[in-house]
Amino acid sequence: MTDLSFGDFLWQNVQQFWHFTGFYNATWQHLVMLAVGLFFIWLAIKKDFEPMLLVPIGFGILIGNIPFNTGAGLEIGIYEEGSVLNILYNGVSAGWYPPLIFLGIGAMTDFTALIANPKLMLVGASAQFGIFGAYMVALALGFAPDQAGAIAIIGGADGPTAIFLSSKLAPNLMGAIAVSAYSYMALVPVIQPPIMRLLTTHKERIIKMKPARAVSQNEKIIFPIVGLLLTCFVVPSGLPLLGMLFFGNLLRECGVTTRLAKTASNALTDIVTILLGMTVGASTQATTFLTKETIFIFGLGFMAFIIASASGVCFVKLFNLFLPKAKKLNPLIGNAGVSAVPMSARISNNLGLEYDPSNYLLMHAMGPNVAGVIGSAVAAGVLLGFLA
Amino acid sequence: MKKSLLLLAVILGGCTLLTSAQGRRGSLYINEVMVSNDSNFIDDFGNRSAWIELYNSKFAPLEISNIYITNDRNNPTKYAVPLGDVNTHIPKRQHVVFYADGMPSRGTFHTSFVLDPTKENWIGLYDSDKITLIDSVLIPILPGNTSYARVADAADEWQIRNDKGELYITPSSSNVIRDKNDKIEMFAEKDENGFAMTLMAMGIVFSALLILCLCFKAISSIGAGMHARNKMMASGVENPVVTTKERHEVVDSGEVIAAIVMALHEHLNAHDEESHVLTINKVKRAYSPWSSKIYNMRQIPRH
Repeated sequence: MTDLSFGDFLWQNVQQFWHFTGFYNATWQHLVMLAVGLFFIWLAIKKDFEPMLLVPIGFGILIGNIPFNTGAGLEIGIYEEGSVLNILYNGVSAGWYPPLIFLGIGAMTDFTALIANPKLMLVGASAQFGIFGAYMVALALGFAPDQAGAIAIIGGADGPTAIFLSSKLAPNLMGAIAVSAYSYMALVPVIQPPIMRLLTTHKERIIKMKPARAVSQNEKIIFPIVGLLLTCFVVPSGLPLLGMLFFGNLLRECGVTTRLAKTASNALTDIVTILLGMTVGASTQATTFLTKETIFIFGLGFMAFIIASASGVCFVKLFNLFLPKAKKLNPLIGNAGVSAVPMSARISNNLGLEYDPSNYLLMHAMGPNVAGVIGSAVAAGVLLGFLA
Repeated sequence: MKKSLLLLAVILGGCTLLTSAQGRRGSLYINEVMVSNDSNFIDDFGNRSAWIELYNSKFAPLEISNIYITNDRNNPTKYAVPLGDVNTHIPKRQHVVFYADGMPSRGTFHTSFVLDPTKENWIGLYDSDKITLIDSVLIPILPGNTSYARVADAADEWQIRNDKGELYITPSSSNVIRDKNDKIEMFAEKDENGFAMTLMAMGIVFSALLILCLCFKAISSIGAGMHARNKMMASGVENPVVTTKERHEVVDSGEVIAAIVMALHEHLNAHDEESHVLTINKVKRAYSPWSSKIYNMRQIPRH
C-alpha cells in the first residue's frame, strides 16, 4: 500500500477521471466534426433534406466524434474490435447492409414505367457517365485506380452502392465516400435544377410524353427474373446488389408473398437504414476524416453528380434526334438517370410543372430513375470486376 | 408416404456425401513438395525432413481431418489426418505443411511414411470415403534442398525450385510472392487517364441495359399480341390476325382502361385495394372505452 493521504487519493482519482472525459481529450478536429453532425441534423429537421438519411448520419457523426481516451482500452470506439459499435459497423465494413437495402428498394420499386417504355433504360445507362468522368478526374488528382473507382461511384447517386464498392476497393476512404454520397443525394434538389435549366430550351421543357401503356402482371413478374439473369450474366460481380434488388422486386410483384414484400420494404429497410446511417456517420472520426483526401472526395463527388445529371439530360436530347415527333422524350427526365430514387424523378416532375402546369413527368421520370439503380449497380460490378 | 420420405432421405444423404467429396476435390491441392531436406525448412521439433504443402484454393475455410495422405497407389489410407485438431481447418486461400518423417506420434502434421530421394515419389490425397482421389502428383528425382512446386498456387503446371533467382522455395506460403496488385498496377500503367476504363465500363453498362431493353421490347410485344388476341377471341372473332396497330389500340389504352374502371367503380360502388390507387375510407370515430382518454388517466386516490 502506498502512503497516500485521503486527499491525495481523491485528487488522483478526480485527475484520472478528468483524463477520461471528452473535455480533456477534445481537439479542434473533434469540434469541427461535431459541428458537421449538428449541421446535418439541422438540414434534416429544419430544411427537410432527406431526413431519413441525414438524421441517422448526423447523429452517428456526433456518436463517432465524442472525444475519449483511446489508449484506455474501453472498447467503445467504432474501430475497436469487439465494441458494440464495431459489431454494428460490420454490416458496413463487410458490405452486407447495402444488399439488404437493395432488397428493400426492390420490394418498394414499381418498375412499370420502365417495362412500359424499355428504351428509358438507356437514359439510366447514360447517367453513369458521371461515375467514369469522376474516375478520370480522380486519377488526374493522383488517386490510385482502386481508390478512384471507389470515389467515382458517388456519381451513381446511390448510397448503398457507394458503401458496398468502397468497402471492397478502398475501405480507408469509405467514411468520406459514404457521407459525401448521402450528402449529395440529399442536395439533389439544389444541384440538379440549374443544370437542367441550363441544358434545355423552353420548347424542350414543355414536350408532352405519350402516356405509358398498361403493363400486365406477367410482365411485372418476368422483369425481375429476366433482369437478374441478363444483368448478372454480363456482370456477375454485381450479384449481391442486383440479386437482392430483383429478388425484392419479385417478392413485390409475384402476388403471393405480400407479407415478405411488406417486411422487406418497411421493417427490414427501416432497421438497416437506421444501422447503416448511424454507423456510417460514426465511422467519420475526426482523426481519419479531416484530411486532404476528404476534401478531394467531396469535390469529386459534387463534380460526379453534375456530370451524371448533365449526361442524362444531354443523352435524351441526342436520343430525340432519332425518335419520331410523337415519341419524343422530355429532356427534363434525363436527370433522373442518377439513382436517387425517387427524389430526382420528383425534380423532373416539379420542373416540368413549372413550365407547363399540365405536364406531369413523374411516372416517365421513374423509368430512367429505376434504370439508374440497375445501371449504377452494374457500374459498381464492372469496377469491382476490373479493380478488386 | 414413408417410402417417399425414405427416398428423400437417401437422396439428401447421397447429395451431402457427393457435395462433401466434391468440396475437397478441386479445392484442396498438393502445392509444393520437398523430398530431400538438408538445409531447408525445420519442423517444430527442430528436425529437417521431407515436407508436403497442401493448399486450400477456396474462398472459404476447408476442413481436412479424416482425409488420407499416401505415397502408395495400392494403399490409399496410409496416413489418416487425425480428427479433433483445430489446425486441420485451413483458412481460405491458405496452406498447411505435412512433414513426411514417418513419425505420426509427433502430431497431426507428421505422416506415417517417408519419401525416398533416390527414386520418383507418387503422392496422393484421398477423401474420407477412401475412394475419391482429391489430388496426386508424381515427384521426379530431385537434388537436395530443391522443391517441386506448382508455378502458382493451384496452377496445373509444375516446376523444380532451388531458391535461386525467382524460383523461391515457399513452404506454408504462396508459391508466387506478390508485393502489388497486378490488376491495379496494370490500370495505373496502361490507363493513366482512365479513358480505357470509361470506354469499357460504359460499353458494358450500355450493353447490359440495352440487352434488357431489347428483351423487354420483345416480351412486351409478345404479351401485347397475346392480350389483343385473347380479347378479340373473347369478343367472338375467330382466328384473329392481330396487327401491331391493333395491339397498341387494345393494349396501349391506359385512359380507356382507367375510364372503364372509373365507370365500374361509380356504378357498382366497388372498392378495391391495389397499389397506386388512392383509397379514401371514411374514418369512423366510434366511442370505445379502449380509446377513451379518461381511462388512461391515473385516478387520484382519495384520502
